[in-house]
Amino acid sequence: MPKYLLLKHYNGGPEPLPGCVPMSEWTPEEVTAHIEFQHDVVRMLTERGEFVDAQGLSPEGAYVRYGGPAAAPVVTDGPFPETKELVAGWFLVDVESQARAHEIAAFASSAPGKDGTPIHEWIEVRQVMSAPAPAE
Amino acid sequence: MTGPPGTDLLRDLAPRLLGVLVRRGHDFATAEDACQDALLEAHTRWTDELPDDPLAWLVTVASRKVIDAQRSQAARRRREETVALEPGPGCTEHADDTLLLLFLCCHPSLSPASAVALTLRAVGGLTTREIAEAFLVPEATMAQRISRAKRTVAGQRFSSPADIAVVLRVLYLIFNEGYAGRIDLAAEAIRLTRLLVLESDEPEVAGLLALMLLHDARRAARRDETGALVPLDEQDRGRWDEDRIVEGVGILQEALAKGRRGEYQIQAAIAALHDDARSADETDWPQVLSWYDELVELTANPLAALSRAVALGEVDGPLVALRALEALDEPLAGHHRLDAVRAHLLERAGRHDEAAALYRRAASRTTSVAERDHLTKRAARVRSR
Repeated sequence: MPKYLLLKHYNGGPEPLPGCVPMSEWTPEEVTAHIEFQHDVVRMLTERGEFVDAQGLSPEGAYVRYGGPAAAPVVTDGPFPETKELVAGWFLVDVESQARAHEIAAFASSAPGKDGTPIHEWIEVRQVMSAPAPAE
Repeated sequence: MTGPPGTDLLRDLAPRLLGVLVRRGHDFATAEDACQDALLEAHTRWTDELPDDPLAWLVTVASRKVIDAQRSQAARRRREETVALEPGPGCTEHADDTLLLLFLCCHPSLSPASAVALTLRAVGGLTTREIAEAFLVPEATMAQRISRAKRTVAGQRFSSPADIAVVLRVLYLIFNEGYAGRIDLAAEAIRLTRLLVLESDEPEVAGLLALMLLHDARRAARRDETGALVPLDEQDRGRWDEDRIVEGVGILQEALAKGRRGEYQIQAAIAALHDDARSADETDWPQVLSWYDELVELTANPLAALSRAVALGEVDGPLVALRALEALDEPLAGHHRLDAVRAHLLERAGRHDEAAALYRRAASRTTSVAERDHLTKRAARVRSR
């Protein structure tokens, strides 16, 4: 069975649907409902035997690279112009097909937002590369 | 395998025991619990010597466990006047109990992944943790997958056994999972197929076993010391397992003698021709090609046609094979193996720039890391010519 990474971005991907209200303008109850939905997704995936992992990433971070011999790592902690492309979190699922991965992504994208209406967020779906089959 | 005396025997008897219980009409979950209890008891009591008839011993103990379970269940439900159905007396010795259990575990109502998991659990006797590790998913996820599969087949009966082709496909899927993790699924698939061969005269069953053995024989030569893929024509044939090849060829010849060919026998015959050549140059390509002709005619599978094109290239040259590939552009559009085969043929035809571009595209399209690395190196090699 292939594994797929369902990546959630901070406003990343194609143009968001119009009428999208950022989370900072939701009521506490709307935020709670949204988080509870994320837990429901994990429960549904576990129950179906498809769950591998789910994590959220803190928005703050740094870019780090090799600085050369006898030099300290080069660290840049932003701000970055492409902040919106940052990964916010992911679901890792183990499913029968790409179609099923898309179905799960669409479901996750239906999470409730302002007034309980689906947020329609774009979710990036990427297949995880695997070890090869032994047949030559 | 190491362990107390009888450990291997118990692993072999487990599916037959479960098969007996399910055949007697017990539901799958109850039968499996009783089976596990009986195996545990055997494990502690067979320390010095084995009973005369180990399977009969296990069936007796497991039947008692089933009745115990039904009694306690009946006691709980007494007010509902539920009567536990006592199964009728059935004989213990059925040659095909493993076969029947496999039919259940590979029931067409299950998805392939569920059938694989249930087969490894119920017939292979692997633990849920071991199966989860083999497929790199959490144990809780695999436990759910197996328990859903059990619920799906709970009401199913043996009276209409699924097409044996479904069972063979599941076993081949397990084989192709290989040996990436700590659990050697290829070896497990071979073990299960051996059990099935004991109980079925169907030549395709023997054909599948032969195919597995003939491929597995090359295992030690298929990766170099860094873990990189080594293609067939560059493998050190001295590292192939001669015993496996002899056994596989013997099994294949017996199967072919029955005169009912199928896709596994044909693929095994092709594997045998490769295994038979002492060097890549000595490969009997015209024979390989004629087996591929038969495979393509039988299965109409475009991937078989793609492999046929490789053989055609060896027999009639790369230009003829490149023309044959044109018919596959539509059915295999976007498939990395079509790019890889075309790149290989272009390379042989001396068209290096086109070959490099297609190797690179194939590398970007495969979902296997080892294959990507191999194709990337191919692209680099042909570019440097």
